[in-house]
Amino acid sequence: MKKTIIYSLLFTIATAFTTHSGGIYKTNTGNINFYSHTPVEDITADNHKVKTAFSAENGKIQFSCLIKDFEFKKALMQEHFNENYMESTTYPKATFDGTISSISTIDLGKDGTYTSPVVGKLTIKDVTKDVTTLGTFTVKNGLVNAKATFNLNPYDYNVSIPKMVAPKISDSIKISIDIDYTHQH
Amino acid sequence: MKIRSIILFYLLSVVFLLSWPSLLYAQELSLLEEDESSTSDRVIATFKTNRIVNGHSIETVAKNEFDFKISHRFGVLNQGFYDLFGLDQATMRMGGDFGITDNLNIGIGRSTVEKTYDGFIKYKFLKQTQNTESVPISAVLISHIGINTLKWAQPERDNKFTSRLHYTHQLLVARKFSTNFSAQLSPTLVHKNLVESNEKPNDIFALGFGARHKITPRTTVNIEYFHVFPNQLDINAANALSVGFDIETGGHVFQLFFTNSTAPFEKGFITDTKGKWNDGNIRFGFNIARVFNF
Repeated sequence: MKKTIIYSLLFTIATAFTTHSGGIYKTNTGNINFYSHTPVEDITADNHKVKTAFSAENGKIQFSCLIKDFEFKKALMQEHFNENYMESTTYPKATFDGTISSISTIDLGKDGTYTSPVVGKLTIKDVTKDVTTLGTFTVKNGLVNAKATFNLNPYDYNVSIPKMVAPKISDSIKISIDIDYTHQH
Repeated sequence: MKIRSIILFYLLSVVFLLSWPSLLYAQELSLLEEDESSTSDRVIATFKTNRIVNGHSIETVAKNEFDFKISHRFGVLNQGFYDLFGLDQATMRMGGDFGITDNLNIGIGRSTVEKTYDGFIKYKFLKQTQNTESVPISAVLISHIGINTLKWAQPERDNKFTSRLHYTHQLLVARKFSTNFSAQLSPTLVHKNLVESNEKPNDIFALGFGARHKITPRTTVNIEYFHVFPNQLDINAANALSVGFDIETGGHVFQLFFTNSTAPFEKGFITDTKGKWNDGNIRFGFNIARVFNF
């Protein structure tokens, strides 16, 4: 009988944990694109190695990517991006730490398209700013695709742009996020 | 009783297995940033451009890019104001480097000095990485050919075309020590098919040294020195020493410098330099590089 009690106790503890097992959705190959439009020049680059994960139960979401993984069409532009603007040896990463506000309205067990605000803190070059955007979550066969766009101003993140080049770089750079998450077991 | 215990045991096992991912959950999100060292981290921008001053750096132009270069060296400074410190005279080279691949470049040029046409093939076979188990240096092999197209000094002689040719072979070894500081060693062999007399060697060995220090993200100070090993050149020959700045403005790199050499091609500045720095026998010069994409 004593044994039974111990087992029951353990059982209760174990169930306490399991009630939270909504699971983690994760990938190491997310996509982030940025696009700077000015009348003089359009500049765009893609990062296909974005690490990101979100928790299905509390909606916590995180991103991390290496600055040097942004790929440009022009090799020289990529070099200048890393060397002069982002100083990627000193500040190798950009990160986002936030929450999918209405995670409870997203039924990850049911195919469909859901939207939710995503709020959090974006850190680039050691400067952290609040960012709010609307995420679109498409659930299909247990996979979750997430898309979002927002704009940021490079001057907010300690990116110094010489006057001569300033007309070529937008102060409202469009960031587009496109992630295919898989469920982690 | 026994059966109940066994059932409970299995139930508990299942429950624990199910709860396993959620137990890990707390670490899971912070695990995001763990295995970053796995990406191979190639060092970029050891130098601003593919020349240090006169000589090549280990930088190559990317695939399908053409780097158009105009190089000027003015007259000597010590002639004073009458020549506006040398600006009244100039020698120049026009040419370009082309990327067949990111690591294999070819280039051609034409200089006013000895009406020389030059060409080279350049291959980067080692790239410095930043990882712990890393490649500590970048290395390049480069071979140049030069054709002197001046009219023959003695037309009555039996002059052969091959006498116009000279070659330079170099191994360039460079390391980016920090964001700001890079240095390069360039063991060099110059071969001249024709020399002035029997006593003069056809092969001349030299060791080049180059370094750059960044003073702003877009400006560097460069120094370059070619040491020709003794007893190979005339007594009045000098080693080429150049000091300058790289100024990068996006698509262009401007290199402004002082040098005691005249010729903007390898055989010329390594073996034919006569100017002495301490006599003020130096020249102002610049290279303009502009990259075009195809």
